[in-house]
Amino acid sequence: MTQTAPKADPSPEQAAPAAALHTGTSDIRTLLTRNLRQSGIYIAFVAIVALFAILTGGTSLSPINITNIVLQYSYILVLAIGMVIVIIAGHIDLSVGSVVALTGAVSAVLVIQQGLPWWVGVLAALAVGLVVGAWHGFWVAYVGIPAFIVTLAGMLLFRGLTLRVLDNISLSPFTPEYQVVASGFLNGLLGGDGFDAFTLLIGAIAVAGYAVSGFRTRLARITYMQPVESFPLFVARVVLVGAVVMAFAWQLAHARGLPVVLIILAALVLAYGVVTRRTVFGRQVYAIGGNLSAAQLSGVRVRTVNFWIFVNMGLLSAVAGIIYSSRSNGAQPAAGNMFELDAIAAAFIGGAAVTGGVGTVVGAMVGGLIMAVMSNGMQLMGVDQSIQSVVKGLVLLLAVAFDIYNKRRGGTAR
Amino acid sequence: MDDDILRMRGITKTFPGVIALEDVNLAVRRGEIHAICGENGAGKSTLMKVLSGVHPTGSYDGEITFDGQPVRFSGIRDSEHVGIVIIHQELALVPHLSIAENIFLGNELTGRGGLIDWNKANAEAARLLDEVGLQENAVTPVGQLGVGKQQLVEIAKALSKDVKLLILDEPTAALNDTDSAHLLGLLRTLKDRGITCIMISHKLNEIVSIADRTTVIRDGRTVETMDMSEPDAGQERIIRGMVGRDLESFYPDRESAAGEEVLRIEDWTVWHPTQDRKVVDGASLTVRAGEVVGIAGLMGAGRTELAMSVFGRSYGRNITGRVFVRGKEVRARTVAEAIDNGIAYATEDRKRYGLNLIDDIRRNISAAALGKLSKRGWVNGNEETKVAEESRRAMNIKAPTVMSVVGKLSGGNQQKVVLSKWLFTDPEVLILDEPTRGIDVGAKYEIYTIVNKLVAAGKAVLVISSELPELLGICDRIYTLSAGRITGEVPVGDATQEGLMALMTQDRELAG
Repeated sequence: MTQTAPKADPSPEQAAPAAALHTGTSDIRTLLTRNLRQSGIYIAFVAIVALFAILTGGTSLSPINITNIVLQYSYILVLAIGMVIVIIAGHIDLSVGSVVALTGAVSAVLVIQQGLPWWVGVLAALAVGLVVGAWHGFWVAYVGIPAFIVTLAGMLLFRGLTLRVLDNISLSPFTPEYQVVASGFLNGLLGGDGFDAFTLLIGAIAVAGYAVSGFRTRLARITYMQPVESFPLFVARVVLVGAVVMAFAWQLAHARGLPVVLIILAALVLAYGVVTRRTVFGRQVYAIGGNLSAAQLSGVRVRTVNFWIFVNMGLLSAVAGIIYSSRSNGAQPAAGNMFELDAIAAAFIGGAAVTGGVGTVVGAMVGGLIMAVMSNGMQLMGVDQSIQSVVKGLVLLLAVAFDIYNKRRGGTAR
Repeated sequence: MDDDILRMRGITKTFPGVIALEDVNLAVRRGEIHAICGENGAGKSTLMKVLSGVHPTGSYDGEITFDGQPVRFSGIRDSEHVGIVIIHQELALVPHLSIAENIFLGNELTGRGGLIDWNKANAEAARLLDEVGLQENAVTPVGQLGVGKQQLVEIAKALSKDVKLLILDEPTAALNDTDSAHLLGLLRTLKDRGITCIMISHKLNEIVSIADRTTVIRDGRTVETMDMSEPDAGQERIIRGMVGRDLESFYPDRESAAGEEVLRIEDWTVWHPTQDRKVVDGASLTVRAGEVVGIAGLMGAGRTELAMSVFGRSYGRNITGRVFVRGKEVRARTVAEAIDNGIAYATEDRKRYGLNLIDDIRRNISAAALGKLSKRGWVNGNEETKVAEESRRAMNIKAPTVMSVVGKLSGGNQQKVVLSKWLFTDPEVLILDEPTRGIDVGAKYEIYTIVNKLVAAGKAVLVISSELPELLGICDRIYTLSAGRITGEVPVGDATQEGLMALMTQDRELAG
C-alpha cells in the first residue's frame, strides 16, 4: 500500500483567477448578468418610469408629482422593509394592515381625544406595535404555528381591536405637530431662489456618502484580493447613481423641499440594508429561510431569531401606522386595508423568493416603487380603478414568473 | 430481431457552456443486468434522463433504438409507455398515501364510470408486494415504511407498469446491508423473469456480484463496456476506467498516534421523541486525540440518534448520561452550546440538514461560527471571504470562486464545504455521519485525506458509516452498535467485516 493513489489534478482554476483577481475583472456585461435578477428589476423600474413619463407627457416626473409619490407610498415602503425580512425567513405577515390601523387609532385616541402631546401618541403607537409583534413572534416561534395562520388571526384580531379603540368612528384632526411626520417638509433652511438649497445639499451629501463608502468597500476588497469592477466602471456607477439622486433632489427642491417622511424612510432603508447584509442577525434570517434544519444544526437560535423578526415587523407596522395616520390626519376604522398585500407584492416583485432565503431590502424598495409609479401614473392618466387593479395583479404575476424562469435557466431547479 | 433491447448511439447532449455527454454509445442486451459506473458528474444521470425522456428528443443529438424500433420520447410518459421505467435515487413516493395508492398513482385502476376500483387496486397491489417480497399491508401509508421497503414499493410500482427495462439510480445508496442484499436478490429474480435492468451504482462490490456487463463513463464519454465474466473484469478495471488512472489504495495510509482522551460518553440513554422506547441504551465510548473511531451499526441501530443527541440534544427526549470533552463535563442543551464546547457534527444528509443550497460557499462555511467573524453582531465580510477562500484551497473545493452557489456543486465538493464549515468552528471532536455517502471514488479519497490531516493535528474524529470496508480502512478502533446498545469495541487490527457484522446483529433479540 503506497501513497500514490488518486491525486486530485492540480485544479487549473486555482491558479488562474488568483492572478486576475484584483485587476478589473468585471465589465458591464458580467456586472449585469452576475445578478440578472436584481439588474432585471432595475431595468424594469427604469422602463416603467420612462413609459409613464411618456404616457403622461412628463407630468409624472414633475416636481409636485414626485413629491406626491413619496408622500403617498412611504408607508407601504416602510412595511415592505419589515415584510421582506419576514419573507426571507420563510414566513408571511397578513396582519400589517390591521396593525397600521390599530397603532394609528391608539395614537389618535391619545392625541386627539385625550389631548396629550404628539410624542405620547408616537411612543404609544410604537409600544403597541412592539407588543403586537411579540404576540405574533410568540405564537410563530415558540408555539410553532405557521405565520400564515397566526397573522391571519392577527389580521382579524387587531382589526377588531381597532374598531373597539375607535368605538367605530373616525377621529380627526391631529395637531399640526403630529401632521409634520408625514406632511412636513424641511424647506428654506438655507434659502435659494425658487428652489430649496437645503434639499440639494442633503442630496449632495447622500451622493458623496455613497461614493466614499463605495470606494472604501472597493479598497477593502482589493486588500482582501477579491474581484472588483474596473475603476472606470466604478466611476460610471457612482456618476450614474449621483445623477439620478441629484435629479430627484432637484425636482423635490423645486416643489416643497425635503419631505420629513423621506428622511425617515431613507434612514430605515439604510439601517435595515446594513442589518440584513452585515450583521449576524441578518445572516441568520437568510440561513433560516434557506434551510431551516441546516440553520438549526449550525447553532442558529431559530426561535429567538423568528421571534425578533416578528417584533421588528410589529415595530415597522407602527411606524407605518404613525405615518399613515399623520398623512390622513386622523384614524379611521378601515385604515390600512390591504396594505399587507401591497407590502408582500413589493417584496416579491423586488426579488424575494416564495420559498424563503432570498430577497433584499433594496429590492423590496424598488419593487414597491414599481407599484407606486404604476399606480400613480395610471391615476394621472385617469385609468379606471378596475383596470389599475388588473394591471397591478399582472405585474406581480409576471415578476414572479420571471423569477422562476430565471432560476430554471440558472439550473438551480434540476 | 436481435440480442440488444436498447441501443443508444452517438448521444451528445450539451447544456449552456457544458458538454454533458459526447458521442456516448450504450447497448444493453435483453434480460441482462447492466451496470453503469462513473464518477459524480461523469454524465450517468444525464444519460438516463435522455433515455427516459426527461430530456426530450431534439434536445440532444444521436439516436435511440428500443426493442428494435427507433424511439422518440417527448416526456417520461412516452418512455413508460414502451416499458422503460426509471427509479430515482430520491424516491418519488407520497408519504401520506398508502402503498396501493402509490403503486397506482397516475395509473389508477378504474372501474365503471371512471371511478377507482379500490378492491381491485388493493388486491393487485398485494400481489405485486408478494412478488417483490415485501410483507406489508397494501393500505399502509408509505411514510411508515423504512427506506429499504420504500425502494421495494417503487419496484412494485414499476412492475405494475409492465416494465421491460428497469433503470435504478443508486438503489442501495441509502440501504443497509440486509436490505441491499434483499434488493439485489430481487433484481436477480426479475432478471430470471426476463426484465432487463440498468443499475447505476457507486458500490463496486455489488456491481461485481450482480452485473452481467458494466459500462464505464468518464467526463461524458463511454470508456468501455466490459463483460463481467472476462477474467480481468472487476473492481480494479472499473476504477481504472472511472478515474482514468490506477487506484492502488482506496484509503490513504496514516500513522496511528492516539494521545489523551478527548471525548468520553458515559451511559448515554435517549428515548424516541414520540414513541415509548429507548433508541440509545446506556452507550459509553471514548475517542482520543489523533484517533479515528468508527461506529458500525445497521440502519435503525441508533447511530445517528446517538450522535445528534450528543450534539446539543438535537434528537430525542429524556436524555440521560454524561459527556466529557477533554475531561470537562459538557452539558450542552443547544447546538450552539455544543459547538462552543468543541463538538462538531456533520450530518448524513448534507442537502437536507447540512447546507443552505441556495446560498454561496462563503456563507455556508461561516454559518456555524459567525461569532468568530463578527464584533458586536457585525460580520466582517472581507474576513469571511478570506477564510472561505483559504478553505476552498485547502480542501480543493472545485468551484471558480467562493461566491458560487453550493447547490450547483457536485456531492463531493458539497461535502468538502460541510467539512470546511465544521473545521472553521475549530472543534475538539468532529463527528462525521456517513461522510462519503453518494460521493465518487476520487472525492472519497480526498475526504479520507482530510480526516487524516485532522487527526494528525491532534483532533479526535468519530465516524459513522454503513460501509464496513470504509470503517476498516480509516479507523483505529470501531464500536459496534445494535438496537441502541454498544455490543463491541474492536481495534481495527483485529476487525473483519464478518466479525463486525456478527456484533452488529448480536443482542437484537435480547434488546428487542
